[in-house]
Amino acid sequence: MLENRLDQTFARLREEKKAAFVAYLAAGDPTLDATLGLVLALAGVGVDVIELGLPFSDPLADGIVNQLAAQRALESGTTTAGVIELIRRIREHSSIPLVLFTYLNPVYTYGFEKFHADAAAAGADGVLLLDLPPDEAAANSELTGTHGLRQIRLIAPTTPPARMRDIGSQGEGFIYYVSREGVTGEQSELATNIAENVAIIKSGSGVPVCVGFGISTPDQAAAVARSADGVVVGSAIVKTIAAHGSSPDLASLVADFVRPLVEATKSV
Amino acid sequence: MSTLAHAPASLPDSHGHFGQFGGMFVPETLMAALKELESEYAAARADASFQAELDDLLHNYVGRPTPLYFAERLTSHLGGAKVYLKREDLLHTGAHKINNALGQALLAKRLGKKRIIAETGAGQHGVATATVCARFGLQCRVYMGKVDMERQALNVARMRFLGAEVVAVTAGQATLKEAVNEAMRDWVTNVRTTHYILGSALGSHPFPMIVRDFHRVIGVEARRQILEKENRLPDMLIACVGGGSNAIGLFHAFLDDASVKMCGVEAGGDGIIQGRHAARFQGGKLGVLQGTKTYLLANHDGQIELTHSVSAGLDYAAVGPEHAYYRDQGRIEYTYATDDEALSAFRTLSEIEGLIPALETAHGIAEVIKRAPTMDPSAIIIANLSGRGDKDVAQAARHILGEELKF
Ligand SMILES: Cc1ncc(COP(=O)(O)O)c(C=O)c1O
Repeated sequence: MLENRLDQTFARLREEKKAAFVAYLAAGDPTLDATLGLVLALAGVGVDVIELGLPFSDPLADGIVNQLAAQRALESGTTTAGVIELIRRIREHSSIPLVLFTYLNPVYTYGFEKFHADAAAAGADGVLLLDLPPDEAAANSELTGTHGLRQIRLIAPTTPPARMRDIGSQGEGFIYYVSREGVTGEQSELATNIAENVAIIKSGSGVPVCVGFGISTPDQAAAVARSADGVVVGSAIVKTIAAHGSSPDLASLVADFVRPLVEATKSV
Repeated sequence: MSTLAHAPASLPDSHGHFGQFGGMFVPETLMAALKELESEYAAARADASFQAELDDLLHNYVGRPTPLYFAERLTSHLGGAKVYLKREDLLHTGAHKINNALGQALLAKRLGKKRIIAETGAGQHGVATATVCARFGLQCRVYMGKVDMERQALNVARMRFLGAEVVAVTAGQATLKEAVNEAMRDWVTNVRTTHYILGSALGSHPFPMIVRDFHRVIGVEARRQILEKENRLPDMLIACVGGGSNAIGLFHAFLDDASVKMCGVEAGGDGIIQGRHAARFQGGKLGVLQGTKTYLLANHDGQIELTHSVSAGLDYAAVGPEHAYYRDQGRIEYTYATDDEALSAFRTLSEIEGLIPALETAHGIAEVIKRAPTMDPSAIIIANLSGRGDKDVAQAARHILGEELKF
């Protein structure tokens, strides 16, 4: 019996032979209350996994769309404790797998182990730290104590094949393959070597591989779903949230945007 | 003597750590490039022809060795320790920064990378990088906070004349930290063709090590020069600390000399009030920013705080990891000078010695002014005159004379 919601979800999707649809949004953009409504609406249109961005003041791996979202979230008063509380509130309504997506400093400042303990107790399933490569995670004894939260690792197109296999073989939850060099943000064209690199990662790993960075249209989602175990869409959703931030129909407008992306992902 | 040959290799360790500080806290996309840089640097260090080219250019293009100047009038004005100034202000482009920019440009050539990016605060690192790019025919883009572009307009013009593209960064408080973020984003995007010439002893491994090693020549020369002039080692070394490159450059060759005390001077801004200074060892805490684990200015939630300093080059929320290490070891002492103290030191050095220092450098001079009178006349201080102040005359005129200069 798998305990972790992420593991359960990917096991079910493997049986159904479907790719996962993973949605990213910045917690607290425009407010934590709005994020609660957004997460539930996204779960309602078939999103499989939510990546919840914990805002950081200096998001150096993010493009302008996510930078501005983090800024709005911080301006709306979002704190680490507030995001953990949001997870607790989501869990009153939904069992959708939740991955916290952030940079190391807020987690380190909260206390690495305490953060994982509190997030796990609130109902989180995984943590992805953009600036914590596995090398540092292994070399620092104070970066241990993950309380069952899956540590989602990134692999990039610049990662050498041997390192791809290595990171893949130690993967937990899923591997996040960054489809192209660059920061988060939409791209008009997909990188060309996605299938090839996903295959290299999978050759050393039983862990699902999800692909993100730059995916924004149903066609792109479908193309990625053919070679990967999951499709991650972030900036395109965040941009939609920004466009309708003050609308009373925010959650349903964003759900309308995401529905065709989910359908495209599931069409293959 | 060859510049890099005698750098001790014990720190950082093989993971890039200085004790618990430093490391490689970067997005995965950059890991391969950082490892490539690390191994290419190791190869260059062992390559006599690299050393020879570097030493030749340092001598003939940059102007090394720099004098160790006995500041006789300042010494008698202060009435205490003998004050020597290491004249990095005399280097081509006017500050120590070119030691590192030149070394890294030679590394970029070895790496086969023809596009260079850099961040800059005061503009001195940007000017040094633009200069070496012109010298080697490399494409150059410099990221600079919009606020810094205004207060260091002279250097912006210099970079443009040198053929660099200067990109204004408007995010956040639009100073050095945001420029580093933007340079990192560029690097993540263009890493296969681009080398990032980081300008201080900061960021992910191997940068703090490489930048230190290229500046280590400052202390190597100063040690030899003081032995020639005084036949003994100094009692105290003083340097300002932004990221910490001029300070570690002066200090490093003396670390094993137990009798030599060292003091790094951070920017105290308006005083140690949250958001109004950049003295990481005063109000800071341990954390991870822009690739490295070190002391930084952040709130209780780990969000980076605003900083302030009259000097753009010290106005930054994190300190180089090697400084954090030696501070915890008790080997180097750190203090701060406020804006007012730095401006007053800027005046004093100009009027008494005929040397207009950079505002960054003036923070170190402010500490000399405080400390020398408390020391015995037989004692010796060496302060790093890291840069000259031409770039700062408009700022200084505004603050000291209340005048707006128009060029
Ligand atoms: C003349 C001068 N000194 C010092 C600094 C501070 O940098 P660091 O601490 O790396 O020496 C700067 C930075 O711009 C500078 O221009």
